[in-house]
Amino acid sequence: MIPELGLFALVLTFCLALIQSFAGLAGAYWRKPEWLALVRPMASGQFVFAALSFGLLTWSFIVNDFSVEYVALNSNTELPFFYRIAAVWAAHEGSLLLWILTLSAWTLGVAWANKDMPIVFRARILGVLGLINCGFMLFVMATSNPFIRLLPAALEGRDLNPLLQDPALVIHPPILYAGYVGLAVAFAFAVGALIEGKVTSNWARWLRPWTLLAWAFLTVGVALGSWWAYYELGWGGWWFWDPVENASFMPWLMATALIHSLAVTEKRGLFKSWTVLLAICGFSLSLLGTFLVRSGVLISVHAFANDPARGLFILIFLGLCIGIALSLYAWRAPALGSGGGFKVLSRESFLLLNNLMLVVAAGLILIGTLYPLFIDALEMGKISVGPPYFNLVFLIPTLPMVLLLGVGMHSTWKRARWEMLWLRLKTPLSIAVPVALGISFAWGRPSVLTFVGVFAGVWVILSALSEVRQRQKMGRSFFALPRSIIGMLTAHIGLGLFVLGTTVTSVFSVEKDLALRAGDVVELAGYQIKLETLRDIEGPNFDAVEGVVTIRRDGEMVTTLYPQKRVYRVQTSPMTEAGIEAGWTRDLFVALGDDLGNGSWSLRIQFKPLVRFIWLGALVMAFGGLLSMSDPRYRKKRQAEAPAPELAEGAAP
Amino acid sequence: MKNRYQRGIRVALVLAGVGIAVALMLKAFDENILYFYTPRQVVAGEAPDGRRFRLGGLVTLGSIEREPGSLKVSFLVTDNHKTLPVEYEGVLPDLFRDGQGVIAHGTMNDKGVFVADEVLAKHDENYMPPEVAEALKEVHGENES
Repeated sequence: MIPELGLFALVLTFCLALIQSFAGLAGAYWRKPEWLALVRPMASGQFVFAALSFGLLTWSFIVNDFSVEYVALNSNTELPFFYRIAAVWAAHEGSLLLWILTLSAWTLGVAWANKDMPIVFRARILGVLGLINCGFMLFVMATSNPFIRLLPAALEGRDLNPLLQDPALVIHPPILYAGYVGLAVAFAFAVGALIEGKVTSNWARWLRPWTLLAWAFLTVGVALGSWWAYYELGWGGWWFWDPVENASFMPWLMATALIHSLAVTEKRGLFKSWTVLLAICGFSLSLLGTFLVRSGVLISVHAFANDPARGLFILIFLGLCIGIALSLYAWRAPALGSGGGFKVLSRESFLLLNNLMLVVAAGLILIGTLYPLFIDALEMGKISVGPPYFNLVFLIPTLPMVLLLGVGMHSTWKRARWEMLWLRLKTPLSIAVPVALGISFAWGRPSVLTFVGVFAGVWVILSALSEVRQRQKMGRSFFALPRSIIGMLTAHIGLGLFVLGTTVTSVFSVEKDLALRAGDVVELAGYQIKLETLRDIEGPNFDAVEGVVTIRRDGEMVTTLYPQKRVYRVQTSPMTEAGIEAGWTRDLFVALGDDLGNGSWSLRIQFKPLVRFIWLGALVMAFGGLLSMSDPRYRKKRQAEAPAPELAEGAAP
Repeated sequence: MKNRYQRGIRVALVLAGVGIAVALMLKAFDENILYFYTPRQVVAGEAPDGRRFRLGGLVTLGSIEREPGSLKVSFLVTDNHKTLPVEYEGVLPDLFRDGQGVIAHGTMNDKGVFVADEVLAKHDENYMPPEVAEALKEVHGENES
């Protein structure tokens, strides 16, 4: 009975969302106040029933109801309670239900926050959001119903994929989805603005916090995925340019461009149609990502649903969303207009360059991701594009961008002055150059790329700190700065940490694959690593061989690691559980390979300096985004409409 | 006049920059495209000499041989039509085993052995790389007709 109620709740959600979209869009068109009044309650109802539906599926997992096919395929009585809940979004059907719930939550937020938003405009946005959610619910009901019964019921479930039995993977999908789906809000704002034919600075002010929130979620979600790949896929890489990773990274690049372009639109009333286009592209890319992941057209760890009907549905949905939005854009964008000019040396220029480079990077990644699909569709052979391509085309636009960022942070609107910039930049420059030189030569393998990478990281961090110092010199305390500025500086420090971590890890990591017997000692980057012994152990739902590996430095004990080779009982699939000694400055990583016979095992051992800075940087970036978002300015009453650009010169950057 | 001259230089610089970037990109693209071949295509001589490519198929049952105490391993990859010997040195992925679908990256040496520098097997019992599945299907269809 419970699963049927779940499906029923989903159908109700669909009906409410349909009413919400119709009342919102038609009500705004014909100016019917009684229709417009319906929109907000429908959004609330939509959320309540989506949550109910999701809750009922979770319930089926908690009570091990194996008469539900989806539960039988993804859970097991031996599965720990915590993972039984996470199993709800472990596969295709449930994760779509999570998607729907998340979109309902964003809809709810947009419906009740922004109290000063005109009712007609809000109705339009909620109308668009409702339509998107309807599309996804139709998708679930038509092709991916998680509530389907299995008759006769299974006695025992097939268990959760062992790879997903991991704390980071429990929170990775919800957070990533919150980011993906959050871009739908920007999309809806863009479509709403195109319908009205105007983009105002208030529009940008309403949209900025939502975009920042979605971007922060996306940042954490992508970072979690990377962290998980690092320790769970077993072999210590943290980014593989896997198509599905790209699918999450391209929307992130677009969202990053969007938050910067929105700043210009809000403060200066410029880049209006560009901002709208970015908002459309951001969400389109996240839909494209969904298509790539869900349709099985790609070869990837994430590609679990090989059902052509599903792929076709999403492709049509994707086509409709992008097609309608872009047609509307082509028709209305020229009317949005833009005004005001700016000098070559100005904050606007720097933000324009930032946008240009982010979009170029996203475009080149898109080409590398989609090209194999085109070639395959044209029956010209099956190809794949290797990581070196992505590394290069990603660095070409982003490295100059990071270098320019150090300057751009201090520039002022309309027109910046070199003397002002130099005053703030000479100290960071005079520290960053020697530090970068020092680090490049410290390990004895200096290269231009190492120098530039380390310099870029240190440069951005110091440049952000120098802004704080300058403001303090002018007699203002750090905490008196506007929250959005503190957030901006924090996020840029995060980026600097990320760049530093990426460079140092990529260049100075040491990796060895070895055949070892119990008692063997090897030397790696100054550490003596000894395989003490191997033993059999038993986990709650797996058996494993565990290596005991001691690590010493100059004879002194550093740590003992316990890498495992697990075999999960139900799916009988082997899994490598790496042993990692994490530290601020370096990770030591030991993974157990195979039994090679003669009592020896293959091991991969790695020394990875500053690898933690990669994820730390991402977290700091996201935190900066949240700080910015919490700026009280975004919750102020509606302001007088866009000050004439010429008057805006004195406005705070 | 001076202005136009300056603008000309600026445009030329931008064009040169874009040109270099595009050239680098195309070069990277060309160098990093890996084509996929099945053992049958390799035996038929379709695979390029001296260039890396992806080889896909099933690991022949009982063909995995390790050199005791070292990381060297050799095995046969088949598409149920033709079979190719593969050599690899390193740690193999978790799901590498007899009968499993695999994809290996590497080159052919002059003895007709595929020397792999990377071996991929996917993390799912029932999973078959799409290319491999398709290659097997083709062979199957031909055998029946």
